Amino acid sequence: MNMATTATADPMLPQSYSVRQVLKETADTFTLTLEPSNGAGANRFQPGQFSMLWVFGVGELPISISGDPAERDRLVYTVRSVGQATHALVSREVGDGVGVRGPFGTGWPVEQAQGRDVLVIAGGIGLAPLRPVIYEVLNHREKYGRLVILYGARSPRDLLYRKELTAWARQHETQVLVTVDYGGLSWRGHVGVVTTLFKYARLQPARSVAFACGPEIMMRFVARDLETHGLAQENIYLSMERNMKCGLGFCGHCQYGPHFICKDGPIFRYDQMRPLLDKYEL
Amino acid sequence: METLERIIAEHPFFAGLESYYTSLLTGCASNIRFDQGSYIFRDGEEANAFYLLRSGKVAIEIFPPQGRPVSVATMGEGEVLGWSWLLPPYQWKYNAHSIEPVRAIALDGKCLRNKCEQNHDLGYEMLKRFAKIMEHRLEETRFQLLDVYAVGR
Repeated sequence: MNMATTATADPMLPQSYSVRQVLKETADTFTLTLEPSNGAGANRFQPGQFSMLWVFGVGELPISISGDPAERDRLVYTVRSVGQATHALVSREVGDGVGVRGPFGTGWPVEQAQGRDVLVIAGGIGLAPLRPVIYEVLNHREKYGRLVILYGARSPRDLLYRKELTAWARQHETQVLVTVDYGGLSWRGHVGVVTTLFKYARLQPARSVAFACGPEIMMRFVARDLETHGLAQENIYLSMERNMKCGLGFCGHCQYGPHFICKDGPIFRYDQMRPLLDKYEL
Repeated sequence: METLERIIAEHPFFAGLESYYTSLLTGCASNIRFDQGSYIFRDGEEANAFYLLRSGKVAIEIFPPQGRPVSVATMGEGEVLGWSWLLPPYQWKYNAHSIEPVRAIALDGKCLRNKCEQNHDLGYEMLKRFAKIMEHRLEETRFQLLDVYAVGR
């Protein structure tokens, strides 16, 4: 498991970033590109890590980094506007300031996945924390086996990164399958939950590592079905989510059983999570 | 040249089926194609066949009251379309709409029901295989009903 890295001397102190670009992905989801206000390089991160983003005067939010780790001059976040703080964040305009703490948490174990097929399974906005994995694999294509991206969304209009999905599908040894829970008349793609895509994915379980991110209940279904298809629990990784505040394991807001999601996670191996996923109200 | 019997034997739905049964099934089978945009069956029609999909994509559609059809699932290569032929009243409850050109093996439901009545081992084998499909579809439908990507989930 990759361990956390923190870029600032005092990880509780936000660094000043400016909004470089705001891109509308769907009706309620936006991708923000931030750059350091002092012109220096952005904090380096590992795929799967998150930052605490300060919207000054409103609050602080844990948001996964959704950009390319190779782009050292920026940090990219995809945010769904679902409440006051996220709405304030996506309403930032180019040049506005945002405070950034982090990156925090563990990353997807992309180095351990080298030489193997990488199975990326995303639901809804869960594609955002997985996009850096896709960039990482495509940036170092020779180091990995097949890349299989399985993506489920609520409806066609909720799909993120549509142009990139098409571009990824054209890459060498890369399979992209997209499904929606509710398809309209004009939709010609798959309809059904994300697990229905497994049968089309030409999986080779013995040589695959799976990274899954989405609503927790989706990940339960996904992990269980992956096991049924022959993937070992230790080759399945999940990105967990709880109410993170400090990002460093001090405050305890994100405690999940014996784990702090912010410090020990958010990426966990399925065999670590399985006993907890079956418990109610954890 | 692929024979019908071989195609049936190699379809995932009949994986592991004894060759004796495959021969029985072949007597009820025929090759069939559907153009993109055509209806394989419609809600309310008599259900007298099922289909082993070899290529293409089929949308299962429901008509909400006074609404336009809604696609609730899609099926493709290696899957089986239709089980209403198996149980009374032998009537389709959805539309099956080919959204890509489809190649399939059609199995005549009446023919197969007769063979299953005459040979209960075959009937049991068919029921076991369809029950597994029904279980998967039920589980997928329950998962779909959870609407896990809705705001606030």
